[in-house]
Amino acid sequence: MALLLRDPVAPVVDGPPARRTRPRSLWWHLLLAPVALLFATPFVQMFLTSLTPKEDINTFPPRFFPSSVTLEGYAKLFEQSDILRWMGNTVLVSAVAIVSHLILCSLAGYGFARLTFKGRDVGFFMIVGTIMIPTQLLMVPTYILFSRLGIIDTLAAAMVPWLASAFGIFLMRQFFLSLPPELEEAAIVDGCTRLQAFWRIILPLARPALATLAIFTLLGSWNDLVWPLIAINDPQQFTLQLGITNFQGARRTDWSLLMAGNVVATLPLIAFFLVAQRQFLATMTFSGIKG
Amino acid sequence: MSAATATADPVEAHPGRTARRPARARARRANLTGWGFVAPATAVVLGLSAFPAVWAFILSLQDWNGFGTAEPVGLENYSAMVSDAELHAAVTHTVVYTALFVPASVLLGLLLAVLLNRRIVLIGVYRTLIFLPFVASAAATGILTTYLFNPQFGLVNNVLRVVGLPQQGWLEDPAQAMVVITLMSLWGQAAFTTVIYLAALQDIPAELTEAARIDGANRWQAFWHVTFPQLAPVTVFVAIWQTISAIQLFDLVYTTTRGGPLKATETIVYYLWSAAFKDLELGYASAVAYGLFAVTLLITIAVTLYSRRTKVGAF
Repeated sequence: MALLLRDPVAPVVDGPPARRTRPRSLWWHLLLAPVALLFATPFVQMFLTSLTPKEDINTFPPRFFPSSVTLEGYAKLFEQSDILRWMGNTVLVSAVAIVSHLILCSLAGYGFARLTFKGRDVGFFMIVGTIMIPTQLLMVPTYILFSRLGIIDTLAAAMVPWLASAFGIFLMRQFFLSLPPELEEAAIVDGCTRLQAFWRIILPLARPALATLAIFTLLGSWNDLVWPLIAINDPQQFTLQLGITNFQGARRTDWSLLMAGNVVATLPLIAFFLVAQRQFLATMTFSGIKG
Repeated sequence: MSAATATADPVEAHPGRTARRPARARARRANLTGWGFVAPATAVVLGLSAFPAVWAFILSLQDWNGFGTAEPVGLENYSAMVSDAELHAAVTHTVVYTALFVPASVLLGLLLAVLLNRRIVLIGVYRTLIFLPFVASAAATGILTTYLFNPQFGLVNNVLRVVGLPQQGWLEDPAQAMVVITLMSLWGQAAFTTVIYLAALQDIPAELTEAARIDGANRWQAFWHVTFPQLAPVTVFVAIWQTISAIQLFDLVYTTTRGGPLKATETIVYYLWSAAFKDLELGYASAVAYGLFAVTLLITIAVTLYSRRTKVGAF
């Protein structure tokens, strides 16, 4: 539904309409600064706690800034857990998800937007219809399906749900509909096949839509908890999210270690958000996804 | 659709190559090309949603623990829901959460969007700080929540102590746990409603408010009488979207309280999950999932119809 709201790649927060800055903007700062600090506090605590020596956490009154900075938490994290393996698993899952999503959804989006074939409209209608189906309806049968396929306790169980999505197909179709059809017609008249025209002419033009789709898939697959949770029990096959969630149950007392794990799991996305904020916002407006 | 029909295979417009080929063969070729493009993604999407959705319905008519033989029980799973006290409690908790979360997230998004829709120094920094929590996963948010709201050494109780207010139990108090979960959901999701409102605010022509100001309205009046009505479709959309996500709350409950204390935060989906994967009542869990699906659909349809009738339609 969010899908219908805006152009997939419209610039979102390019900046408010220009207005002269008046002295009154001081009030604006007085309102905004505390709110922004409040939003930043949990992450700041996460970083600080990951660097806090163990003794500090049980002192009273509790301190916000650690008395000294230590990497103990990280040292223990890397020694006592498979965090590197989990990181590798998550990177692999997200990479497969993104590559597969981009290829399958842009092919299908192009087919539904530009080609004429029997069953096209019915097929597209069914795909859009699946957007209404909530995830929890699918948990039980998907679990059974995965166990019949023999992929329980393998990373495939975390990847398969992210290979393609109705949202991705819809997004790419909308984008391809907005391109002038003359582009690939010229290429085909010049002797390209459909696939060559798609690959050489159309896909390079679709970069903004592909960026939106890639971020959608990255956020969703990196932060996914439900599918790994129901399908993976073997700690060797954990994703980062599953790993740190399990940690939390087991080591509630060792906060610097827990927060170090949290930093390792979250920092890549934070860094990426800081670099590509504009694309993230475009993705957000278009999808409303939140893991 | 019309755009696609208009572009029908351009090869057809190239008589030299196609004149000799019979029409039927050409149609077959077009079908093959078309399905060649769309089949892989279509198979994945339908195979992982439409197919399991139908399967879930069949399961909901059975009594099955996943191992033995499934026994057909007709609509018994659905009628069992009527007298299931734990499910009723879960529905209540979910309704409480939705009632807290949806209005709060809509108002917060509107407020933040208005605040951020101004070109002043540092606005980029403010915006980044407010939007950044959007990348926090449920797992990360869960760990942060248990730490910040820890009754002994958590930051929140420490702030209360400094300003002289009584200490609270937060996640350990059945009356407060859901409030804490709401607060942290807002932290993680405020960016979504804010960005939507921000985009909508920037689509409103500046002349509208300027005209109102010239006519003597003050800033506040101009906002409520001119800007806010323009945002009505967005408000309807955001409210539906947030309601649907609120009644499906699961992740953050799993990563903070696991339904506790004393099942005070057990939501419908958490109950569904534990019925399926802890108690292995696969049929019953599927029936609950279908019940939830039906409610979600009804809410969506009702709000859509209502907004159509009152002409604020977002759809």
